Amino acid sequence: MGIGIRIEELRKVYDTPPPMAARGAGFSFTPIRTKSPNEKNKEKKKFEVVALDNISLEIRPGEVFGLLGPNGAGKSTTIGILTTRTRPTSGRAFVGEFNVWQEQVKAKRLIGVVPQRPNLDFALTAREILVFHGAYFGQSGRERTSRADELLEKFKLTDRADNMVRSFSGGMMQRLSIARAMMHDPEVLFLDEPSAGLDPQTRLLLWEIIRDYHRLGKTIVLTTHYMDEADALCERLAIIDHGKIIAQGTPRELKSSIPGGYLLRLRFDRASEELLAQLRTLPGVSEVRGTDHIATDLYADRGGQLISAIVNSAQAAGVELRDVHISEPSLETLFLHHTGRSLRD
Amino acid sequence: MNWKTFYALLSRDGHVARRNLIPMLMQNLLQPLLLTFVFGRILTTSGMMQGAYKNVLLPGIIAISMVLSGIQAVAMPLIAEFQFTREIEDRLLAPMETGWLAVEKIVAGMIQALVSGLVVIPAAWLMMGSGVKLSFHHPLEFAAVCLLVALLSAAGGLTLGCSIGQTQIGLMFSLVVAPMMMFGCAYYPWSALSSFKVLQYAVLINPLVYASEGLRGTLTDVGHIPTPIVIGALLVMDLVLLFAGLKRFNSKAVS
Repeated sequence: MGIGIRIEELRKVYDTPPPMAARGAGFSFTPIRTKSPNEKNKEKKKFEVVALDNISLEIRPGEVFGLLGPNGAGKSTTIGILTTRTRPTSGRAFVGEFNVWQEQVKAKRLIGVVPQRPNLDFALTAREILVFHGAYFGQSGRERTSRADELLEKFKLTDRADNMVRSFSGGMMQRLSIARAMMHDPEVLFLDEPSAGLDPQTRLLLWEIIRDYHRLGKTIVLTTHYMDEADALCERLAIIDHGKIIAQGTPRELKSSIPGGYLLRLRFDRASEELLAQLRTLPGVSEVRGTDHIATDLYADRGGQLISAIVNSAQAAGVELRDVHISEPSLETLFLHHTGRSLRD
Repeated sequence: MNWKTFYALLSRDGHVARRNLIPMLMQNLLQPLLLTFVFGRILTTSGMMQGAYKNVLLPGIIAISMVLSGIQAVAMPLIAEFQFTREIEDRLLAPMETGWLAVEKIVAGMIQALVSGLVVIPAAWLMMGSGVKLSFHHPLEFAAVCLLVALLSAAGGLTLGCSIGQTQIGLMFSLVVAPMMMFGCAYYPWSALSSFKVLQYAVLINPLVYASEGLRGTLTDVGHIPTPIVIGALLVMDLVLLFAGLKRFNSKAVS
């Protein structure tokens, strides 16, 4: 049982600014303004944003898969294409055996979607939102009432069930969005930035809910820019940046792919080639990258033990060490390694 | 086509409309009824207008309330739901082709337009007092005109709702709705424009003209544009607005 997902060479170019849903919390696509291909309108500039650049990936049935990347990386666009809300410029996307853009209705039956921003029906009460959602999916009256009650209970919303959702807090809206997505018992659950803006307690509840749903054999696809979330929940991950997949694998595989594992971010008072060469020879150091030599990234198989050696080398070169930051092996350092940027940049 | 889903979506709109029944009726009916009272009662009773004007006015009032309520029922929620709240997304994910959601919106809008029309007939009739002569001698033509007008308003609402932004709602009323009502032959028959030749032909692009004249032709014996022409024009306008509305809806629904 369980439904897999396959994406083949997906490409998405927006020719108008993408909708809010695909923009993420902060819109940060890199707009590429190109001349119109139409020769006659050479003067006219055309808006073009490459959101996805030939992405291929496979999500196995019943796994929790994470799409990790900064805002504007293309995560929401990928989810948008898989959930029939964004039309790909080229490439194919399959949910189970159905090509999402040819057999939309069949694909829609298999999926449940939790959007980045709650989009609850403000004209309805919490219970009605669930019951009508069940009705859209053809559930019988009795089935949808009992399922709605069950979900309201599970998501701790029973006492507010008959209130209009307008008055709900962000956390409650988010819980109700998830309950709604689960209402028709979809085989694949998509969650776009599920814990953005949630307090830590609600976040833990959310993780528990996701794990519970996963235990039922369902496939879960989530996007996040929180490394700890990806680490805690996902069996496999794809790291996306600028519309491309830059790494893929289990969190453990990905972390072990970072040279050395530990990352020491150093800052000196001045640049020195001699010092960099010296640092490369220290025990356990696998890679030294000096971006402007003042700020230097050093990958090694150990962390704190290296500090004294680094300080000694610096003193020998007549350079002063101003700042040190040690990161243990994490997806954050992995992202940094691949892109040269921090996830929150 | 998945009728269960279509029906569920329609019941959702019905449920919401019932919940907002009183404000909705006020929104759609108060203005036409006030107009009826001022023009149909005060001005005729005081002798400033002839009593026969009541027969000219009533079909126009029905046309206005139908067209306004259909447009509002479809356009206003769509403008909000596609933009700030994005509430419509859940319904776009219902297991049905996207375009059918637009069709559902049109059906819901048509029902509201027809209900408004049906409510306004007796209300306006009562308000005008004696001297209104309505004839239901052409029930089939009347039904056809009503359905086409309802479709016109709902499809127009779909086109407007998918074309304008939340910040332009006020502009929509002053630039589209107000001129449409004034030049829609609702307060005067089309023939009354004969001394303004250019205007008389210019207003023919206004769909409300056909709604008013069509209802005038099927409900009263006031002079009017021949009903077959009205029905033909309504059909063409319905199709154009339907096509434009569905196209706009699909481009809004899928990015």
